Amino acid sequence: MTAANSVILRLYEGMKFIRRVEEKVAEIYPSDMIKSPVHLSIGQEAASVAVCDNLEKSDLVSGTYRGHALYLAKGGSLKAMIAEMFGKDDGAARGKGGSMHLVSREDNVLGASAVVGTNISISTGAALSAKMRKSGQVTACFFGDGATEEGAFSESLNFAALMKLPILFVCENNFYAIHKPLSSRWATDRLCERVATYGIAAHLINDDDVLKMHEIAGAAIDRIRKGGGPEFIEYHAYRMREHVGPNEDFDQGYRPKSESTSWTDRDQLVRLAGMIDETDKRRIDDAIELKIAAAVDFAEQSPAPKIDELYRHVYAD
Amino acid sequence: MSMQIEQHMDQGNRVVTYVNAIREALAQEMSVDPSVFVFGLDVDDHKGIQGSTLGLVDEFGPERVFSTPLSEDAMTGVAIGAAMTGMRPVHVHIRMDFLMLAMNQLVNMAAKTHYMFGGAYKVPLVVRSMIGKSWGQGAQHSQGLQAMFAHVPGLKVVAPSNAYDVKGCLIEAIRDNNPVIFVEHRLLYFTDAYVPEESYTVPFGKARVHGEGGDVTLVGISNMVAECLRAREILTEAGIRCEVIDPISLKPLDFETIAASAKRTKRVIIVDNAWVDFGASAEIAARIAETDELGGVKVRRMGYAPTTCPTTPWLEKEFYPNPATIAERAFALVKPDAAPLQVMPELMELAYQAQFRGPF
Repeated sequence: MTAANSVILRLYEGMKFIRRVEEKVAEIYPSDMIKSPVHLSIGQEAASVAVCDNLEKSDLVSGTYRGHALYLAKGGSLKAMIAEMFGKDDGAARGKGGSMHLVSREDNVLGASAVVGTNISISTGAALSAKMRKSGQVTACFFGDGATEEGAFSESLNFAALMKLPILFVCENNFYAIHKPLSSRWATDRLCERVATYGIAAHLINDDDVLKMHEIAGAAIDRIRKGGGPEFIEYHAYRMREHVGPNEDFDQGYRPKSESTSWTDRDQLVRLAGMIDETDKRRIDDAIELKIAAAVDFAEQSPAPKIDELYRHVYAD
Repeated sequence: MSMQIEQHMDQGNRVVTYVNAIREALAQEMSVDPSVFVFGLDVDDHKGIQGSTLGLVDEFGPERVFSTPLSEDAMTGVAIGAAMTGMRPVHVHIRMDFLMLAMNQLVNMAAKTHYMFGGAYKVPLVVRSMIGKSWGQGAQHSQGLQAMFAHVPGLKVVAPSNAYDVKGCLIEAIRDNNPVIFVEHRLLYFTDAYVPEESYTVPFGKARVHGEGGDVTLVGISNMVAECLRAREILTEAGIRCEVIDPISLKPLDFETIAASAKRTKRVIIVDNAWVDFGASAEIAARIAETDELGGVKVRRMGYAPTTCPTTPWLEKEFYPNPATIAERAFALVKPDAAPLQVMPELMELAYQAQFRGPF
């Protein structure tokens, strides 16, 4: 892999930022300041960071309740995210969406959904809109392996291919839907083959290689932007923490700790850290810590929403 | 006939059918707003959703008027995503029953988006759907499911009952920045009214009062407005004066107009084009019960029989309220001590059955 130094630096910074934010979230969580269930992306940061590094600000992304990584990778405000999780008035959704519904209109983060698979067709609609408006925007749609079992997945793929929509589908396959392994849910694991039958170019990255992801996603996004129609990437990754909550869950019996070792052994953040200069690393790390501390402080200071906020936004004006 | 419709009559407006009023509303909004598009299974075929989208593809092109794979679930998500990002989709379903396939997106996404994202994204979406009736429509082509949608904050629900209102309401719905469930009724399609040629809106949350009468208030919903108006003819002959209220939109609901009428008549019958249990009629009845100044108002509810809709006409005619059963119920409410009103069998035949024959 011959990625430019600047790319490696950006990917390191993006992944490290998300990793540290989520570690901080896990650390704060027992204090009960976070008024929202948290689904951490620790171990799965690479896909969001690698894809978003190839997107323009005007491009759209759509993700799921495990959405911190995507929201931050696309440029969403950390202050607004932490305030949202604290249920405060300055939150991304004014405290009404929480961790599972992160949104940023300014950064073109279509709000995340907690109903698995729903965002696949929503983002297909955003891609249709971009095509109709001739805006040149690409939409990147993220979802997990469980979502591919929803009818909306197949329906959306078919429609996106039929209409040649400017959309990149990214399946972050972490092998579990809540606690159920792939083997008890899929008749075969040939997901890319299934997708390819719609006439959609499907790429498999099964070694958690963030640089490969960056390159493949970049080339796909270029083709999509030029009118080549939708593409699909299946990216294998591993969720290090429990499905929901701040802790590890290897003691619960549904997956062995040994299973995670091959992933931690090739942790892409550690890999990237080894590829950059120590001075750069220190500079980036220090800035991240300051940014996180400022965001937590901001969220603590942000006022609770006033009661009448309950009734706002039921309908748009 | 309402004042507003009479005024337009005086201005020499055209008589237009409900179906053509829908098509005209779509064409006029598409002409003035390039973000409006119409899609759904068969909107661009030779039948054009019973004629309501006929010709739009020729006028506006296949980019703005197109059919879809069946995929109601994903297509609803597509409509929402497009609405969130600058378009104003009109998503068409030829039967309301098919909206059950879209329920997840409508309830969990369309209704919630503006609220759960703190106002960041709006969903200016119109979901057109049609309630069927007769000619063997049966269990899965006949359901009036408006109450399911009206239950959910974030959705608007409108059920216009005549050609004038359907045009104005559809234009209003397209311009609304919220998801609007637009409930049409198959048997209204060939009814006509005086409809202005120019574009106009009929506001939501403003009921229409048809006629005035001090004995009893009939609140009709969707096609039941027409049935109530026919019942009024029977009641007038029987010496009962009634007023018929058409809420037009169920959400928002103009309860004030219903309450003002109820205060005068002290008797209200709500006739829904749906089941009675937990429905719009239950909602209106509950609001009357919760209004102290309406104490003593007698309330009755009518709607579908508490069964699945059968196809055989011998059973189907018992399934729906009709002008005779409505009139009989109203008569009994106004004159509880008199002998029950006997409506002649010929009046039992619904007027629309003489006017309209299938196939659908």
